[in-house]
Amino acid sequence: MKKVVEGSHAVSEAVRLARVQVISAYPITPQTHIVEALSDYCADGSLDARFICVESEHSAMAAVIGASSGGARTFTATSGQGLAYMHELLHWASGARLPIVMAEVNRALAPGWNIWADQTDSLSQRDTGWIQIYCEDAQEALDTTLMAFRLAEKVNLPVMVILDAFLLSHTFEPVDIPAAKGVDDFLPPFMPQIKLDTSNPYALGQMVGPSAYMEMRHNIQAAMACVPDVLDSIEDNYQQMFLRRYGAVEAIACEDADVVLAVSGSMAGTCRQIIEDLRNAGTKVGMLKVRMFRPFPGDAVRKILQGVPKVAVVDRNCSLGAGGIFAQEIRSELCNLEKRPEVYSYIAGLGGRDVSLNTLEGICRQTLESDAPSHGSVWVL
Amino acid sequence: METECRTKINSSDEGLMHPGHVACPGCGAAIAMKLALNALGPKTMVVIPACCWGIIAGAYPQSSLGVPLLQTAFATAGAAASGLRAALDANGDFQTTVMAWAGDGGTFDIGLQSLSGAVERNEDFIYVCYDNEAYMNTGVQRSSATPYGTRTTTTPGEGWKRSGKKNIMDIMAAHRIPYAATASIAFPHDLVRKFKKAAAMRGGTRFIHLFASCPTGWGIPSESSVSIARLAVQTNSFPLYEIENGVQYILNYKGDLPVERYLKRQGRFKHLLSPDIKSIQKQVDGDWQVLAGRVNQVNLLEQPAFAREGE
Repeated sequence: MKKVVEGSHAVSEAVRLARVQVISAYPITPQTHIVEALSDYCADGSLDARFICVESEHSAMAAVIGASSGGARTFTATSGQGLAYMHELLHWASGARLPIVMAEVNRALAPGWNIWADQTDSLSQRDTGWIQIYCEDAQEALDTTLMAFRLAEKVNLPVMVILDAFLLSHTFEPVDIPAAKGVDDFLPPFMPQIKLDTSNPYALGQMVGPSAYMEMRHNIQAAMACVPDVLDSIEDNYQQMFLRRYGAVEAIACEDADVVLAVSGSMAGTCRQIIEDLRNAGTKVGMLKVRMFRPFPGDAVRKILQGVPKVAVVDRNCSLGAGGIFAQEIRSELCNLEKRPEVYSYIAGLGGRDVSLNTLEGICRQTLESDAPSHGSVWVL
Repeated sequence: METECRTKINSSDEGLMHPGHVACPGCGAAIAMKLALNALGPKTMVVIPACCWGIIAGAYPQSSLGVPLLQTAFATAGAAASGLRAALDANGDFQTTVMAWAGDGGTFDIGLQSLSGAVERNEDFIYVCYDNEAYMNTGVQRSSATPYGTRTTTTPGEGWKRSGKKNIMDIMAAHRIPYAATASIAFPHDLVRKFKKAAAMRGGTRFIHLFASCPTGWGIPSESSVSIARLAVQTNSFPLYEIENGVQYILNYKGDLPVERYLKRQGRFKHLLSPDIKSIQKQVDGDWQVLAGRVNQVNLLEQPAFAREGE
């Protein structure tokens, strides 16, 4: 069924279809619409879930950790400061191998107090052991949320479904909402591998000495290594049933490109247009959309970029004291290739500043005209 | 001369807490857990944030508890227990009791926010704060449950604690939860009665503030943990009472010993001079007056036939 919905409601529709059992909620702009819609669904009975209005984001994550340990399918949502506040527990969720799904709306970190699109919040959490998927539009947000539950429950790692603040969360788009019957076939009821049970008592989360901790961490890394293939097969199934798939990355016109723009999130939508415009004007430009950031799809990125002379990475984020984070990751994946592209790093759009067609065109031109990349990131102010 | 005290408790060595746990000798928290679990039975799940009990149960891959145990981050007992309860309900298990079991640090300080949030929602669990009056697991640092007059590693020497003990029962009463009670390892029948009463009151939050002596942190012999806990009650330093719905106060014990009898037995108070002890007596008497003024009902413990300390 096609409906015009805002990005946040595409997510909440998916959560309803996924038959989530326990939701914890704490408000923060601009994710609040997600939890408000879920609250409505619980109140009107269209979603049979326990809805816990917690008193902070730290508790929001603690509550879903408790619920997931009890064997329930769980969900929460946050943004910016809220994500930063639950940082400690992000590590806990993955360390505990819990298949929690969380929607995270990319919002700038304060101060300055800014509620608009910026990826530094989620990328600051890149070491926490969460799978991270960056969505381009509302349809992708809905589809990714559904896939996220299946992915999380298969590999026993939590998944962050990421949307740009306002650009995606609050923009209305036509979205195809799958029928419940189809989703039930795609996503059967949760069969937890970890579930506290009085008939088989055990302890979760105890002290672990040096003799065993490293093996536990290695297990997480091994689970991450399975993700690309698992996501691929989940998308095979999703495409069969709902006719859509996205991949860990998407490449457009990269084979003969002189420069490839590497982008993520809602910026990818703008980028598609500029690729078309520039190609029509004779410029050989391509686009690499990086959708999955953790685990980082190194194999796919190397395959697409290895013959390309220049890649211009546009980061709507910055690791202060270093540079654009997607650029860092791409650069490190390419560093051992014999023949590798020059990586140009650009920082644009922080705090919700617009990344327009002109912005991307300017980045493309500057890259083509440069002899070599500068050492740091170029700030597009 | 130590007088002999014997209280008969029908608490077998079998049960839901097995030998081989790693508590200090004489640990009040270990005594408390055994009594609590025997009162609640096997359909119980325990949520434990960082605290001594995070270690006492044992290290991976063993657990000394015969019930499921969920260890959680320090600040999260209230929230994690809320989530666990929701999951059990979502899966149709309305029988299993969820018990959060946290130290004073994880309740009065870092855990206060998530506790307040949970009890304001009237979450259907039993929250137990076993109170040894400092951050004992990390080596005896002061908490807001540390009483006036105490030396700890962060209130050392002449910097002994000048602020009073936070009143967690007042805080719980202010949330108007169905049931809050203090309990002591030295009054095991009363403790068991309160756990059973709490277990039967399903549907809302039940809070137990449980006095758990700490030989290691208090500078008392390990065999004195129970007798010291008894003195705390007998001197009104730790009164035994219950609060129903935040407003109905039920008194369980009227102490009549001077506070000095309690203080002088403990290394953590040995620096206190006569004026300090007088000041403490005044505080204890004042707090007692406030409590007595609220009491609607007196339900005194059946006094077991044990000799009183020092007599």
